[in-house]
Amino acid sequence: MNPEFRKITRDGLWDNNIVFSQSIGLCPLLAVTGTATNGLGMGLATAAVMVVCNALISWVRALIPLEVRIPVFVALIAMVVTLVDMMMNAWLHEMHKVLGLFIPLIVTNCAILGRAEAYASRHPVAHAAMDGLMMGLGFTLALVVLGAVREALGAGTLFASARLLMGDSFAWLETTVIQDYRGFLLMALPPGGFLMLGFLLAGKKLIDKRLAARQRRTIAVGETLA
Amino acid sequence: MSSAAENLKAEAAGRWARLRRRFDDLETLRQRLDYQTWLLAAVGLLASLFLGLGDLATRGAIGRRQAEDMLATLEQVLPPDLHDNDLLRDVKTVADTVLGETQVYTARKGGEITSVAFKLSATGGYSGPIALVMGLKADGTVLGVRVVAHAETPGLGDKIETAKSDWILSFAGRSLDNTPDERWRVKKDGGDFDQFAGATITPRAVVGGVFKGLQFFRRHRAELVSPATGGQ
Repeated sequence: MNPEFRKITRDGLWDNNIVFSQSIGLCPLLAVTGTATNGLGMGLATAAVMVVCNALISWVRALIPLEVRIPVFVALIAMVVTLVDMMMNAWLHEMHKVLGLFIPLIVTNCAILGRAEAYASRHPVAHAAMDGLMMGLGFTLALVVLGAVREALGAGTLFASARLLMGDSFAWLETTVIQDYRGFLLMALPPGGFLMLGFLLAGKKLIDKRLAARQRRTIAVGETLA
Repeated sequence: MSSAAENLKAEAAGRWARLRRRFDDLETLRQRLDYQTWLLAAVGLLASLFLGLGDLATRGAIGRRQAEDMLATLEQVLPPDLHDNDLLRDVKTVADTVLGETQVYTARKGGEITSVAFKLSATGGYSGPIALVMGLKADGTVLGVRVVAHAETPGLGDKIETAKSDWILSFAGRSLDNTPDERWRVKKDGGDFDQFAGATITPRAVVGGVFKGLQFFRRHRAELVSPATGGQ
């Protein structure tokens, strides 16, 4: 993979993760992460929309004047999301029954407009599509982690009703983490989402700090050896 | 005549060249107010066009899927041995003062009306309306009630779903004849129906909704179950 694509991947998944670093797109994040399955579904739907939107906007970027770019981006994103919604309803109906509620929410995800503005409008199509994919997967990662923690603490299960989303072949994903758990309602409710998100953001900072410290040590050791 | 045609052709070529030049200089073009206006209009038009095409391409399939969903919902409250007709075609719209316009599906066996089913929305829940579907025998006895959609609190109010608890099955066999009006409440309010530990509001809303549905049936019974008004 060429170094530029590698950087896009790293940025999307970790260094510049939409949730953990940019802290945007939190409205759909907190709304759907009651369970890991919902998080996964919403994340994948968002990633698909992001790839298409980024590629589309990058493709027409030379035509769009700075002054009217925002309404143009909004119109294009809304169009793509609505088309995805209709197509899923028609041809992936079972999945749409589970995710249908969330898809219109994607329009409100400022992360998509953010990537269109910050990346797709300045880079070639292939790069923009890659950025959309990686940012989308990074978003999915955040949603699944948050959903899994909230579900495990809130209901004692993991990936409950995953078969509704991905078919019976994924029934093995459904696990009970804590037997005979009475449930911890706070985690299933929005305040639990905010609490857990806070912990996860702090955790990411901590890991980054450790990594930076280790890198400094390696460099220092290298210098003394030299 | 041929020179006029050539003139026209030359003029068109000139226009085309000018247009090309403009697009070669996108930088300047993008600054122009009229270009921005036209661009916005074009984007709006194109987006609407694609949405229109998308709608045309998916409308039929979406309609079929929704009909399947509706049939699956109806079959939950209308046992198969009570009907041999096409439920989705045997429907009439009833105007009601309380429920508004309600679609009532009629189940027939050998042409005889055995039962009816309709959707209604129960109000007073913890979080928005609760959509119910209920099936009633021709004599007004409840065959079954199911929750179609709700936004109640997970872990508390969602015990109204059959997936979470058997509570909603307790309506089967009830009617306005065997349960007096003042008993159509949760036990906490002096009625016949259980509430959930920690959640009274949701079951109270569902009991109220079912009661409302039974009264609706009583108001329109003659119209709904008399064989004369039937027909596909």
